[in-house]
Amino acid sequence: MSATPPVTKPPVVTPSRVIAGLCLLAPFVALLWVNSYSRVTPRFIGIPFFYWYQMAWVPVAAALTYAAYVLVRREERVRKGGAGK
Amino acid sequence: MKNDVNGVALGVFIFFFLAVTVVGFLAARWRRAENALHLDEWGLGGRSFGTWITWFLLGGDLYTAYTFVAVPAAIYGAGAAGFFAVPYTIVTYPLVFLFLPRLWSVSHRHGYVTSSDFIRGRFGSKSLSVAMALTGILATMPYIALQLVGIQAVLDVMGVGGSDSTNWFVKDLPLLIAFGVLAAYTYSSGLRAPALIAFVKDALIYIVIAVAIIYIPYKLGGFDSIFNKASAAYSVKNPKTGLPRGSLVTGPKAQWAYATLAMGSAMALFLYPHSVTAVLSGKSRNTIRRNTTILPLYSLMLGLLAMLGFMAIADGVGKGVKGYNAQLAIPQLFENMFPSWFAGVAFAAVGIGALVPAAIMSIAAANLFTRNIYKDLIKPDATPAQETRVSKIASLVVKVGALVFVLTMDKTVAINFQLLGGIWILQTVPAIVGGLFTRWFHRWALLAGWAAGMGYGTWKAYEQSSPTQAHFGGSSDLIPWIGEKGYIGLTAFVLNVGIAVVLTLVLNLVKAPSGVDETVTADYVAEPEESGPSGSPQPGEPGVPGLPEPAGA
Repeated sequence: MSATPPVTKPPVVTPSRVIAGLCLLAPFVALLWVNSYSRVTPRFIGIPFFYWYQMAWVPVAAALTYAAYVLVRREERVRKGGAGK
Repeated sequence: MKNDVNGVALGVFIFFFLAVTVVGFLAARWRRAENALHLDEWGLGGRSFGTWITWFLLGGDLYTAYTFVAVPAAIYGAGAAGFFAVPYTIVTYPLVFLFLPRLWSVSHRHGYVTSSDFIRGRFGSKSLSVAMALTGILATMPYIALQLVGIQAVLDVMGVGGSDSTNWFVKDLPLLIAFGVLAAYTYSSGLRAPALIAFVKDALIYIVIAVAIIYIPYKLGGFDSIFNKASAAYSVKNPKTGLPRGSLVTGPKAQWAYATLAMGSAMALFLYPHSVTAVLSGKSRNTIRRNTTILPLYSLMLGLLAMLGFMAIADGVGKGVKGYNAQLAIPQLFENMFPSWFAGVAFAAVGIGALVPAAIMSIAAANLFTRNIYKDLIKPDATPAQETRVSKIASLVVKVGALVFVLTMDKTVAINFQLLGGIWILQTVPAIVGGLFTRWFHRWALLAGWAAGMGYGTWKAYEQSSPTQAHFGGSSDLIPWIGEKGYIGLTAFVLNVGIAVVLTLVLNLVKAPSGVDETVTADYVAEPEESGPSGSPQPGEPGVPGLPEPAGA
């Protein structure tokens, strides 16, 4: 399990891919678990929690997707460099 | 309704409409390529759009005029349940981040124009690719028709044409003109027209939302007062059914429906033909990935827009009117709140917001017809120039079809079909998304799963009744075994996948022919630069690049 694989082929599961996957997964857990946010209080400038909480997830999810993008792109570059040898 | 014609608003509306028309025709010259007769040019804008153009194009494409009218209208009608559009458009981006770059790469390598092209290449099955193409065309047609409903709502509130005119010709003339112009520039400019017009559309929309979300609450006494009035309005019980109109937050019984609707819609969104067309017009796979990180800006706008539904209630729009058409609530709110000239800007935003997606949808449906029905079944040796000509004509036919749909049938028919369209598109997920990651599924099993999902989804949607409709009254039904109400499309999807898995196991066991796969693993991660197996060398460009050298040199 923990043995390092031979250099011929990079592993499919890598730490940065796992983190990227978690970044992409988080919005699903947060938003599909409706019971966790289905309430009126606390209000934000008069807007019930239900609405502002979901809207607040828009920038959060975008930032997480961006993080996943950076991680995946960096890894792709490394792989391409490795394949050229 | 007794709306007088609002001269100033109408003038502003016509000004923007004319401006957009000029842009639409000039678009044919924008970034023009040498070979304008290739379908890649007319139908995919030359596959050349960078991150920002793709962003505007996709935003203009996915967030349609119907969305602008229907989402706040749903909030206006029932409250929290209508807000599912926000989580839906949030989770769709992490989801498509995983598979759209693969679709882009494989399409780039093999010159695929539609997702059905990919299915044919991957599974070597024309019946499967035709099934996917027909699903796409069927789901897109009513969607185009609904864009017209969006324009009609705006024209209605401005007092032009609409429901109170008696003469059918006068009543529908503005719509006919709008659609004639749209058809003409789509025909001549292809995908470049909506790509350019999308800039105008989005600029208008963002301005209108920014003003509306600050100015209207200010006039209505702040969000506290708006939500208190809305809450009071939702708790009023319908004397016929004894049920309240809606609720400010989702009740415990509505949560499954809320979550499954968001999830199912998110899965389907990027498999609509018009989404695929816009995605394939991007110039690299990273263009697509970057877009998944910046497109959520539109979701934020959608959330703010949804707030207008509450404002319409607080303003008393449609209060006491029996059978008030909720679709008119937002245009009416604009007219009540804004000075005439700015109401005109807002109406123009909605009107142009209908033209952009209608153009892209008709191009997408035309591409499907040309590539997967005309070329695959009728004329296999069609040249690219012939393909382009057929596609152009098909785009006209599709639009005329949508127009006839809206003018001859009741509006609710278009809405019912759009509901069905979402369920149907979801049934193409196992073949397309599954196919992007694995060749394990058997083509016949996918076809059987698709047929089962389509049948189940259509049947269940037909069975739903609401206080106003005997059939197609909603998109949720009890999920078997779970016993909660959930989105029919997602239940049908699970059935679809289940059948595909079981039949694949059986078909592999009896060694049924699995068809030829013309793609290889490397195609799915291909970058735009890698046109050759080891990257094409470009030292000073000797000879003609891109043309194969004659053998024997």
